[in-house]
Amino acid sequence: MSTEIEYKKVFGRPESLKDNPTHYCPGCGHSIAHRLVAECLDEMGLREDTIGVPPVGCAVLAYNYFNFDMVEAPHGRALAVATGVKRVHPDKFVLTYQGDGDLAAIGAAETIHAANRGERISAIFINNAIYGMTGGQMAPTTLLGQNATTAPRGRDARLHGQPIDISSMLAICGGVVFVERCALTTIKQIRKAKKAIKKSFQCQLDDLGFSLVELLSPCPTNWKMPVKAAWDWVNEEMVKTYPLGLIKDTTGYEDKK
Amino acid sequence: MPSEKMLMNGSQTVGEAAVRAGCRYYFGYPITPQNELPEYLSARMPEVGGTFIQGESEVASINMVLGASVAGARTMTSSSSPGISLKQEGISYMAGMELPAVIVNMMRGGPGLGNIAPSAADYFQATRGGAHGDYRTPVLAPAGGQELVDLTFEAFDLADKYRNPVMLLGDGLMGQVMEPVVFPDFIDLKDLPEKDWALRGCKGREARAIFSMILGQQGELYRHNLDLQKKYDRITAEEQRWETKYAEDAELIVVAYGTAARIAESAIEDLKAEGINAGLFRPISLWPFPLPALRELSKEIPKVAVFELCLGQMVEDVILSVGERAEIYFHGVPGGLIPTPAEVAEFLRSTVKGDGKVGRRMEV
Repeated sequence: MSTEIEYKKVFGRPESLKDNPTHYCPGCGHSIAHRLVAECLDEMGLREDTIGVPPVGCAVLAYNYFNFDMVEAPHGRALAVATGVKRVHPDKFVLTYQGDGDLAAIGAAETIHAANRGERISAIFINNAIYGMTGGQMAPTTLLGQNATTAPRGRDARLHGQPIDISSMLAICGGVVFVERCALTTIKQIRKAKKAIKKSFQCQLDDLGFSLVELLSPCPTNWKMPVKAAWDWVNEEMVKTYPLGLIKDTTGYEDKK
Repeated sequence: MPSEKMLMNGSQTVGEAAVRAGCRYYFGYPITPQNELPEYLSARMPEVGGTFIQGESEVASINMVLGASVAGARTMTSSSSPGISLKQEGISYMAGMELPAVIVNMMRGGPGLGNIAPSAADYFQATRGGAHGDYRTPVLAPAGGQELVDLTFEAFDLADKYRNPVMLLGDGLMGQVMEPVVFPDFIDLKDLPEKDWALRGCKGREARAIFSMILGQQGELYRHNLDLQKKYDRITAEEQRWETKYAEDAELIVVAYGTAARIAESAIEDLKAEGINAGLFRPISLWPFPLPALRELSKEIPKVAVFELCLGQMVEDVILSVGERAEIYFHGVPGGLIPTPAEVAEFLRSTVKGDGKVGRRMEV
């Protein structure tokens, strides 16, 4: 009589992620965002057709963790590089994965114009309101009053300007079909984020235009907070400046249902 | 089949040559005096199934080139001096990532915004790297006309052969003067060597990444730099190009490239009537500079006259080549003025006499 127990695999590492430990800090949102992107690529069968462009910033080494083709871009230029790739391979799947400094400060021009051209690219935008890799300097998205190593008395609107809401700016561009902002700090929001990422990917597959998913992401290290406090700060403070939810959707996907 | 003989300006000539050399992806931003090139390709690319994008900046354009290159395509951008400065970051990345592309610089007067007249003041920038890091880019300097066609083809071949950005260095005069040219037949894209390193998705193989950041603690970047240097040494050994004219029995050798070389050639021909026997040494590859060839020549000839459309940049490579074997004289015209052959002839007369009236003797 057989005593073998039949095991059913219910959870594992997505094929789109490599079996490498990441360099991300405890409590950072990048690992969650990486996993969501990887799960979506796997579930949509896109891994082998994907070319990804990571940012300069904390995720600059994303090619050590993502298991698909990737090309480095200079700081801020991910969407210009992705434009070149996509124009050569219109039949491949092209995504960028960028932080707030990369996408909203030094790369603002590339971001706006790639979006406005309606490049068939999916952008994953990690907003943690700080420069992580370089050690906590003020980001374009840093909140008013938030401390940074280059804003030691807190961000002051008169001195530093207001935090920039680039996702809403992109939403008014004609080539943009879908923009949604989610957070990586509650189960519910993480599930929403995955849904939004999938929808963004579908926009590209359906040749609709440019799409972007903004993910509010905790940075306990540079916010100088314990993990729990950092996650709470996303849920309680960050969302006041960056309200969660759909920002633009002209896909018509829901109408079809 | 090769084309009929056609009358085209230099910018359009480079555009058509690029298309025939297999370039299907052009990205650029307007700047005078090379706008005829993007304008030409904006009409031409769709006719051959190619892509033309007017980028939002030179910075964006060079990074689109980076993306098209990593995807495996022959790709090009063009600009003029201030715009080329903006492209330097991308060129450095492409050198580090070993990505081929052709960058055209139709030089204008500088520094800063300068003016829109022809100049050759970007020699240092073109041949010394231009951006940060220990890297080199081959630089081909046509003298206009048919050579714009031939060197555009060569630039794409060199870029692919060495997986390196290559610069085609012209100037605003060359870009706008119309000359008769003949184009070779279209390269069949299927005949181009396979780029097995390009990114096209990882179907049937391991995923891979192409990047320039090498953080390892075991000297990985050190070794990467040594590998790049080996490539640059190979290029230096194998890819020097130059032309000599009237060099036999010359009492004086004139060193000039591009538009300056054409003016110098007229001056040399005018001086024959006066019994002054000057020869021309025209570097075509500015990096690698044809140093051994010029060194050999200078062993036979007592005087070398260097003429540039700037205040003395290539002359440093001439000094490195010639050393103390011959007296070196320099005359340069900056700021976008184009001297006549008569002015250059005055410089050469003065050099022969050694009277110091036009130009100056270089200290070596």
